[in-house]
Amino acid sequence: MRITQGTFSFLPDLTEDEVRAQLEYCLEHGWAVSVEHTDDPHPRNTYWEMWDLPMFDLADAVGVMEEIRACGAAHPDAYVRVNAFDASRGVESVALSFIVQRPAEEPGFHLQRQEGPDRTQRYSIVSYAVERGPEGERYGTRG
Amino acid sequence: MAPADDTRDTQLTPVEETRVDLGAEFEASGIGEVLDALDRDLVGLTPVKRRVREIAALLLVERVRDRMGLAAEPPSLHMSFTGNPGTGKTTVAMRMAEILHRLGYVRKGHVVAVTRDDLVGQYIGHTAPKTKDVLKRAMGGVLFIDEAYYLHRPENEKDYGQEAIEILLQVMENQRDDLVVVLAGYKDRMDDFFTSNPGIGSRIAHHVEFPDYTDEELLAIAEKMLAEWNYRFDPAGEAAFAEYLHARRAQPHFANARSVRNALDRMRMRQALRLFEQRGRELTAEDLSVIREPEVRASRVFAIEAGTDSEGA
Repeated sequence: MRITQGTFSFLPDLTEDEVRAQLEYCLEHGWAVSVEHTDDPHPRNTYWEMWDLPMFDLADAVGVMEEIRACGAAHPDAYVRVNAFDASRGVESVALSFIVQRPAEEPGFHLQRQEGPDRTQRYSIVSYAVERGPEGERYGTRG
Repeated sequence: MAPADDTRDTQLTPVEETRVDLGAEFEASGIGEVLDALDRDLVGLTPVKRRVREIAALLLVERVRDRMGLAAEPPSLHMSFTGNPGTGKTTVAMRMAEILHRLGYVRKGHVVAVTRDDLVGQYIGHTAPKTKDVLKRAMGGVLFIDEAYYLHRPENEKDYGQEAIEILLQVMENQRDDLVVVLAGYKDRMDDFFTSNPGIGSRIAHHVEFPDYTDEELLAIAEKMLAEWNYRFDPAGEAAFAEYLHARRAQPHFANARSVRNALDRMRMRQALRLFEQRGRELTAEDLSVIREPEVRASRVFAIEAGTDSEGA
């Protein structure tokens, strides 16, 4: 199951040039761009691991592209996303966030039902990948 | 998009241009304005202006050649600016960035000015992230490293400066499309630096030397600065300032245009004090903008020259 989230969730994965164009847009607006990665793709997992610090005062997207590449090289079987934080007064939140890398194979989620009092039924979704093992051993070739 | 990619695109087109009008190319690039502004705004510096013109011409021709399919290696653009303090190195670096930007050799054309402190860390593992952060900020523009020789401390082999130099070298070599590095500093110390770091020296294509200003040039600079701030000298004041420049040059810590600027700042202060002490009288715009001889003469430089300064140098 292809997991989507963030700004371009309705689009196919962006190519390198498209990512770069988006980053240029972010930097033009003075947003601080950061790179994050995770191997727990649950939609409620909002806190991904930071890859280095957010980057401030960049003028050109090359610097961010390098970090994305470095993060992807260090975590080839993880999701990598880019966040752009708009610090202007009154906004002060993430203005743009999109996935730039995903594992080759995404097993998806299964639905878990739980019996509650009075025959109520509670539902949650559980990622197959997360059930496979601890962090770092969930996707790709496991040794 | 990187300029290199643009040129690659044009090379792919089946019909290559066979003729090119260099004049039209020059017009279209808009570097004429920058070069004219350089001539107009900066006093003196003839050899520097000539070098900048040469570099601009080379880059323009290189770009045209590229379009006609006569591709060569992309020219190396890293430069070193050597000269005494206050000779306009930073100012020229800004103009150079503008020229490179207009010719499409850097994408953004901003200048990031740094010194050793911004590049070198204080403990193990601190230097690389710091240097990389600066390089990331400079991507697409010009990285201006002032007093670059401080990066290399021959007396301390454990100094982290070497680490910064190595990272810098790697980027200078591998990301020539993304970044132009300008190293600046005193002539003799820069030469030593290049001798002890041949890796850096050999990657710098353009060495530009900044001569000291003559007294006449400094006077012209002073008048330019005053005009910018809406001040001017009266004739006696101007004569006194010419004398001041002559005396100041012989004294220590003389920093060309920067010394002129500082001297003018102090004279403005004395002028303000004089006006303040004469309050009760109505002032005209004329009174407010003229710097007179006593304000110039009050400088300690004259006292030191006459040997009557009580506080010593």
